[in-house]
Amino acid sequence: MSSSHFPTVLKFLRRRLWLAVPVIAGIAILNFLILQLAPGDVVDVLAGEAGAATPEYMAQLRTEFGLDRPIYVQLVFYLKSVFTLDLGFSFRQNMPVLTLILDRLPATLLLMLTAMGIALVAGLALGVISSLYVHRWADRLIAVFVLITYALPTFWLGLMAIVLFSGRLGWLPSGNMTDISADYTGLTYAWDVTRHAILPAATLATFYLAVYAKLVRTAMLESYGADFIRTARAKGATETRITLFHALRNALLPLLTMLGLQVSSILSGAVLVESVFSWPGLGRLAFESILARDLNLLLGILLFSSVVVTLINICVDAVYAFLDPRIELQH
Amino acid sequence: MSVQTLLHAVSNLGAAFLIAGFSTANAQTVGDTPVYGGILNITVPTEPVGLNSGINTTMFIGEVSSKIVEGLVAFDVNLNPVPALATKWEVSPDGLTLSFDLRQGVKWHDGKDFTAADVEFTLKEVWQKLHPFGKSAFGNVTKVDTPNPHKVILHLSAPAPYILNYINTYGAQVLPRHIYEGTDIVNNPYNTKPVGTGPFVFKEWVKGSHIRLEKNPNYWQKGQPFLDGIVFKFIPDSAARIVALKAGELDVVLGSALPVTSLQQFEDKSKYSINLIDGNYLATIAFLQFNVRNKPLSDVRVRQAIAHAINKQTLLKLVYLGYGKVATGPVPSSVSKYYSADTRQYAPDLERAAQLLDEAGYKTDKSGKRFKLRLIHDGAGGSPQNIRTAEFTKQALSKIGVEVELQGPDFATFLRYVFTEQDYDMMNSSMHRLPDPTLGVQRIFWTQNIRKGVPWTNGSGYSNPKLDAIMEQAAAEPDEVRRKALIKDWQQIVQEDVPLLELVEPVWYTVSTARFKKLALQADGLFASYADAWLEPKK
Repeated sequence: MSSSHFPTVLKFLRRRLWLAVPVIAGIAILNFLILQLAPGDVVDVLAGEAGAATPEYMAQLRTEFGLDRPIYVQLVFYLKSVFTLDLGFSFRQNMPVLTLILDRLPATLLLMLTAMGIALVAGLALGVISSLYVHRWADRLIAVFVLITYALPTFWLGLMAIVLFSGRLGWLPSGNMTDISADYTGLTYAWDVTRHAILPAATLATFYLAVYAKLVRTAMLESYGADFIRTARAKGATETRITLFHALRNALLPLLTMLGLQVSSILSGAVLVESVFSWPGLGRLAFESILARDLNLLLGILLFSSVVVTLINICVDAVYAFLDPRIELQH
Repeated sequence: MSVQTLLHAVSNLGAAFLIAGFSTANAQTVGDTPVYGGILNITVPTEPVGLNSGINTTMFIGEVSSKIVEGLVAFDVNLNPVPALATKWEVSPDGLTLSFDLRQGVKWHDGKDFTAADVEFTLKEVWQKLHPFGKSAFGNVTKVDTPNPHKVILHLSAPAPYILNYINTYGAQVLPRHIYEGTDIVNNPYNTKPVGTGPFVFKEWVKGSHIRLEKNPNYWQKGQPFLDGIVFKFIPDSAARIVALKAGELDVVLGSALPVTSLQQFEDKSKYSINLIDGNYLATIAFLQFNVRNKPLSDVRVRQAIAHAINKQTLLKLVYLGYGKVATGPVPSSVSKYYSADTRQYAPDLERAAQLLDEAGYKTDKSGKRFKLRLIHDGAGGSPQNIRTAEFTKQALSKIGVEVELQGPDFATFLRYVFTEQDYDMMNSSMHRLPDPTLGVQRIFWTQNIRKGVPWTNGSGYSNPKLDAIMEQAAAEPDEVRRKALIKDWQQIVQEDVPLLELVEPVWYTVSTARFKKLALQADGLFASYADAWLEPKK
């Protein structure tokens, strides 16, 4: 953590960012090719939903959308636009893909970060408590609790939360991100968003919370038997200090690995929660674009997410070194 | 009186009771003491992709855009045209000219005058060229005259009696010429922020969340609209919609957007209204379609056997929970001008079915099986009723030794299999038959409409030159009596040949708070402008 780390960190980041370029290009090509396998295209869906069409009109649309060109030509055009950072146009939504994604991104990030935050804090707390009271009633209770939250499907849990807290008790709104019939600003707006975020974020958090709690418990128990803990006890450190600064710090490493992996899955895992709570996020947009065969939009979201995931993983690798001085940022 | 006709009479009586039941429920939405003010919160089943019904006839687009952009007419409870942008219309005795007097003093939301030039432009550039049903609805229009800014005269190559049955805001939305002329209409940015003449002005659309409309203070109907605004909220999960309606976050749930199984929760008339005629204009029928290109379904006896094996009454009761009527033919009963119940019907009769299959040469093997068929339905995005109907059919056909394999791919895949690759045996879905058979029914049976790759065309591959001639004649017959007779023959032929088995006429239900009222009900209520709608104060 000293200033001498900095050049190493910068070098590490530069190297990893360069390596990310071919990875992302590969992902882009793979995405494009895999999506070609889906039967039907956006014109089929448009005509199917309209309830009628003429062959001439459908052919005209395909020409306009560039769908009548051979696959390899389409791929070349796609890659060209990716490298010029142009994500294209969604013919279905009648809007540029980038605008669509950026409109939805804040909602997704808010939901994701809040859910991750809740899952991390609660998972750490539950994990530490159960490691402290291992095999006693508190530990057992937590074990049952996390098993239930892990096993319950999030959409069902979400629905039940809506039925209870919005339907029966009327404490919290049932969906969306803000109260759209009101026009809040400043603090009242923040409070409004918070009220709307509580149920979806808590619902989404339950799944991850279970994993984190179990991971922390195991890692903590392992550290308790380690030599450095005995040393700490021998030099007279308090139990609180040993738990928080010696054992927990070591338990954070596997947690961080898991977090890095799950940030990527949370984009897809959010689809159900976003649908149940009508949360205007990216997951739903992606899901709708699959059903509509809106490939421009879907490719844009996939590319965008792969960039985000790659960047987060680079950050996680860098954070390892801060948490554990034994790890060096290698070239 | 034969047993057949007796059964018929009984089932008609049942239908009559059901309809009587419906209308008492409906009367509840009608009020006579409007209250000003308030924002109406509505939800529709799916967020629309644009807001221009002139180029895309998806229902969800019409459900929203009908509050902003208007048509020449609207429809009353009995599907008769009533004035909207047109105040008067006249068909010449030979049926070859159709003239409209347009409402005067109407302004577009941006302040420009609405004139005959707007109607002429929309007809020529949008309805005839880009509208999905435009070729069939306006194909006969050869020339448009606008002698003065408030008169439009359509000259027709052959009579087109169906036009007046179609041109509301859903079927023929009038668009502003000054915004669309000379532009790429399909990609015009105003398709997502429409400028209309309607009672509500487009304010904002936050994708994935809501569309907000505000009262049009200069609306041509003085004193209307009563509401200050409308917010369309998009709630993808149908269970969440139930809670939102109960919690008062929604006032109106349009277009059967709640599961039919949840309707019993809204039976309390002091709190909720259930309107069952809003969708009559669409005249939807759920059906089982046969691919008549393939054996054994190419044999009419096999199709008739399947018709005898499916008990529609039970299907209606179990799958639709009674929300609908048994379908008796290709023209739905709500299209009362042309509907005929006096056609061949297939009473549930397993013995007759078995006999027909034996005659066709498909005898049972040792295990009681005859043959195997695939049944494809729109699983992922379709209505739960479609999925359950498929399951019901599988069970019903197992009783006559026909094994059914269910396939429920997503919408795009479903369309490809049925209409492009034509690689299927049976398909179940539902289609809007629209207020006129020439527009909504002919397309399903017409030989010229067997079009590979185009959704919702004649997908069964059925071709009957005699029927083609009758349908073409009916399309151009200006005399109502002769036209009715032709359409009756048409229904009889289709019922004899059963290229598709018409199952149920599902009813479209609108569930709202009991505080929601309108001055009058409309058979095209899904696409009502809501100028005459209001919310009674909370008690």
